[in-house]
Amino acid sequence: MTRIIALLLLMAAAALPARAQDAFLDALPGLGGNFTAQAEAVDRLGAAGDPRALPVLRALSDGRLVKLSDGTLLVRDGAAFTNAATGAAATPAEADTQRISINNRVRVALRGALGRLQIISPDAGERLAAAEGIFRSRSADNVGLLETALARETVPRIRDQIALALAVSRLVSADPAAKMAGITALGGSASPEARSLLLESRAANPDLAGQIDAAIADIDRRLAIRRVAETAFQGLSLGSVLLLAALGLAVTFGVMGVINMAHGEFVMLGAYTTVIVQDLLRGHPTLAPWSLPLAIPAAFLVTAAIGAAMERGLVRHLYGRPLETLLMTFGVGMMIQQAVRLVFGAQNREVISPPWMQGTMLLPFDIPVTANRLWILCFSLVVFLLIVAAIRFTRFGLEMRAVTQRRPIAAAMGIRTGRVDALTFAFGSGIAGIAGVALSQIDNVSPNLGTGYIIDSFLVVVFGGVGSLAGTLIAAFGLGVINKMLEPWAGAVLAKVFVLVAVMVFIQRRPRGLFPQKGRAAEA
Amino acid sequence: MSATTLHAPPLSRTRLGLRALMGAAVVILAAFPLLNMLPQDNVLHVSDFLVSVSGKWICYAILALSLDLAWGYAGILSLGHGAFFALGGYAMGMHLMRLIGPRGVYGHPTLPDFMVFLGYQELPWYWLGFQSFPFAMLMVLLVPGVLALVLGWLCFRSRITGVYLSIITQAMTYALMLAFFRNDMGFGGNNGFTDFKELLGMPLNTGAARATLFYASLLTLVGCYLFCLWMTGTKYGRVLTAIRDAENRVRFLGYDTTSHKLFAFVASAMMAGLAGALYVPQVGIINPGEFSPGNSIEAVIWVAVGGRGTLVGAVLGAFSVNGLKTWLTSAAPDLWLFVLGALFVAVTLFLPKGLVGLIQGRGK
Amino acid sequence: MRGRRLYLDGVSVVFDGFRALNNLALVVEPGEMRAVIGPNGAGKTTMMDVITGKTRPTSGVVTFGDLDLTRMDEASIANLGIGRKFQKPTVFDALTVFENLELALKAPRGPVACLRWHLAGAGRTRIEEVAAEIGLTERAHDRAGILSHGQKQWLEIGMMLMQDPDLMLVDEPVAGMTDAETEHTARLLARIAGRHSVVVVEHDLEFVRALGCKVTVLHEGTLLSEGSIDHVQNDPRVVEVYLGR
Repeated sequence: MTRIIALLLLMAAAALPARAQDAFLDALPGLGGNFTAQAEAVDRLGAAGDPRALPVLRALSDGRLVKLSDGTLLVRDGAAFTNAATGAAATPAEADTQRISINNRVRVALRGALGRLQIISPDAGERLAAAEGIFRSRSADNVGLLETALARETVPRIRDQIALALAVSRLVSADPAAKMAGITALGGSASPEARSLLLESRAANPDLAGQIDAAIADIDRRLAIRRVAETAFQGLSLGSVLLLAALGLAVTFGVMGVINMAHGEFVMLGAYTTVIVQDLLRGHPTLAPWSLPLAIPAAFLVTAAIGAAMERGLVRHLYGRPLETLLMTFGVGMMIQQAVRLVFGAQNREVISPPWMQGTMLLPFDIPVTANRLWILCFSLVVFLLIVAAIRFTRFGLEMRAVTQRRPIAAAMGIRTGRVDALTFAFGSGIAGIAGVALSQIDNVSPNLGTGYIIDSFLVVVFGGVGSLAGTLIAAFGLGVINKMLEPWAGAVLAKVFVLVAVMVFIQRRPRGLFPQKGRAAEA
Repeated sequence: MSATTLHAPPLSRTRLGLRALMGAAVVILAAFPLLNMLPQDNVLHVSDFLVSVSGKWICYAILALSLDLAWGYAGILSLGHGAFFALGGYAMGMHLMRLIGPRGVYGHPTLPDFMVFLGYQELPWYWLGFQSFPFAMLMVLLVPGVLALVLGWLCFRSRITGVYLSIITQAMTYALMLAFFRNDMGFGGNNGFTDFKELLGMPLNTGAARATLFYASLLTLVGCYLFCLWMTGTKYGRVLTAIRDAENRVRFLGYDTTSHKLFAFVASAMMAGLAGALYVPQVGIINPGEFSPGNSIEAVIWVAVGGRGTLVGAVLGAFSVNGLKTWLTSAAPDLWLFVLGALFVAVTLFLPKGLVGLIQGRGK
Repeated sequence: MRGRRLYLDGVSVVFDGFRALNNLALVVEPGEMRAVIGPNGAGKTTMMDVITGKTRPTSGVVTFGDLDLTRMDEASIANLGIGRKFQKPTVFDALTVFENLELALKAPRGPVACLRWHLAGAGRTRIEEVAAEIGLTERAHDRAGILSHGQKQWLEIGMMLMQDPDLMLVDEPVAGMTDAETEHTARLLARIAGRHSVVVVEHDLEFVRALGCKVTVLHEGTLLSEGSIDHVQNDPRVVEVYLGR
């Protein structure tokens, strides 16, 4: 890899005109002179645009450039030295080396030069940083350099940044035509910095005030769109978390009418299953990267099995007594939580995200989106669709609907209602487990993981309308977005409190939620 | 007995037995602070620890009574009664904070330490008046009462019952907990209130203060018990039980069940507030953790274990579960939550009438 | 004659597209006894739900005297003097027979009034009378939960008597009763009528014949026929509905 870069560097160096090479070597000795000579040399090196100047100037900036008594300049890198002019390794006598110091004036010159040089650096990150640096330095001298860099640049994101820097440089230039071009270009961006630059330049250019105002309005519009889009994504992301947490409950409570206060603990068990799967597969060459996808069926099976056992062993004895069921399942949840605490410890367990879930990507308008949030959003929708499909199109779903709607008739038609109850409860519990896998990626995996979700989940299910999966979907995303909309002016905690209160009031206005089950069966 | 004249039957033997049990418990508890004054080596000596811990249990018993009135009699399973308890506690805490006066760490004449620390210039308006004991006591009753009135009115009017009501009450206490954790609420945020100095001119960290608070709590417990006993013995109490068992049917008899439930719920919340107010000076601290939904649910299990729908059961449950907790959390701390969880399961599955049910079963 | 006239006109109730009542009209004069019959799903119970405020009609007029019942809740309608006995007897299992009757006794219904309530001589006498009338004097201090099905039916009728309503809605009073009990019930209802208006919903045509009153036949939520029992039994539309087409 390094070799390839070195080769590219060499090729780039070879491609540059000989004049520039001369300029580099011509200007270099100046770095060893007095401050005035240094500053001048730095400027010249910056203007020359030679990639070889980059490490030298950087060394100067960091205090790693040394001068030998014969005037040779060396770059120190730890204990190693290289010749600044040739790049060859050197072994000077320690006593002979003299560190070159700089003053503020040189430092300013260095900042500009480094910024310019980095714009043609082979490293994309450096180019981006350089473009940002030049953008901030707002000097009219950079127009030429930036035009060159823009022409060479291939990465769209860096191109945008260079274009922005170019626009700023043009804005501060003397040429009115360039100024206009700069204003127009800045108006096309969505950068708050560009906005404040335009605002500043407004006083200096009264004749262009109209255009500048128009450009500012343009930016404001884009920023507003970005803010809305950002809030929307954050809201949808929160909504997807709520949806995942609530879906299992939408089955056990919504479809079966059984209140399961241990639901949060099933989510937690799903998260711990993820940890276990990851630990088991650690070191396995082919399976280790797939531990997260593999944890999904594992978590489903584990929590579904516990759910089935709980339904057969405990819950079914309390059918028709919802308050007792509530208390009993709460007790079970408490025991599960304590068991996990004893086995795995009370502290947070680490879950490693696979590479494809790490990092941030940018959507149009520079909306930052973290990969794991995006994955979870998609995942929640997939899980939702699978549940709907399972209930609509499978034999099990049919039997489940039959049993919940008319139990005696379903039994008379030969459906083993007890088995269906257990399977439905297991299904809902398994979904909670799957939710746990996803939540392990964004939440602390600790025995308390589930506690925070149980109230939210219930409110989502009730808000959406008990028995309506579509209602659960809309309620989850709706509450998520509303919560994030409130956050900027109310703060995270108060926003949550507002949402809780709002849902409570809403349920009082419409006790059956957004999408009530209709008909006489619902009258009770 | 003539053919048509109907006389009320005498109280059953188990009922009388339960009341005697309650009386005996009160007498034994009343002796605790006195026995505390005996020399340490006396067999009847009651340790400081036992006095202070049973003082706490008495407050829990009042909370259990209040919950039993709502749940056991009116059928309102509140999973947020801890919020009323905590609000009463906070009202008392505000009074105690005001009484600290210039003795705080920062020595500010009126502002409590945390306000000085957070840069408050003056007392927020809702802190005014709390320097007065009667005002604070009024708030102890009024704040939980008004919250219960508003929440209850909204819920009962819309006929929200059962599990839905339980979840809403739980959400209420959860929301309050989140809100009280915030520093800018003006209630000390995370840390709440502590470092109390005195109450009614009495320094708090003395044996005399402990004994006084103990007796105040015990008297309140007896008062609340008698109040509930009277209330449940009237026709109103029978309307409540009827609402618990078949609310719709009660409506068709012409009773406005909303106002009946509201009355019981508000009275219950006020009792819980009173319990909280007695609790805070005894433990010396109040913080948002008191709002945590887990606390409210624990109170529910006291009532369930003792036997809901009987007043003695609620008191018995509060003492036995908390006694078990105190013993177990020092003997085998890891086990406690298992035992508590198992209690939920066991009581709902095997002992729906609680300990009192066991006693009644033997009596028959 | 005391009491008010019950008047239903153009009443429809729609549940999710299903018309439980369809443009129903019914008039019950003060002091009148009326039997309502009809096959399953004819809308008999829904009609009672509408009168007692449990279900709001989708459209139509329901008045009692000059009062609009569609604007009132169950408790207010009950206090207006409309009592109801449910198809499935609902008594308060945890309370004694005596206490059940006491709750139903006409008296102030507010919480404070209940707290200060003291059962005076007149009220006690009334309870004793009704207990005797429904044959539960011996069991007055037993919890209602341990009564037999028939006794619960009687207790519920007793509770309705305690309310002393102007209009009684009686839903299937003799379901699950023996012949002797059925006969007793018929006599009781006949005695009540005259003092109160009574609407009886029943399947048992023999029982309806024994009541000897005007009969309304409902079918698919609408009025099919009205008149004496002999008239409706000979109405070809009624015959078709009951015997199939």
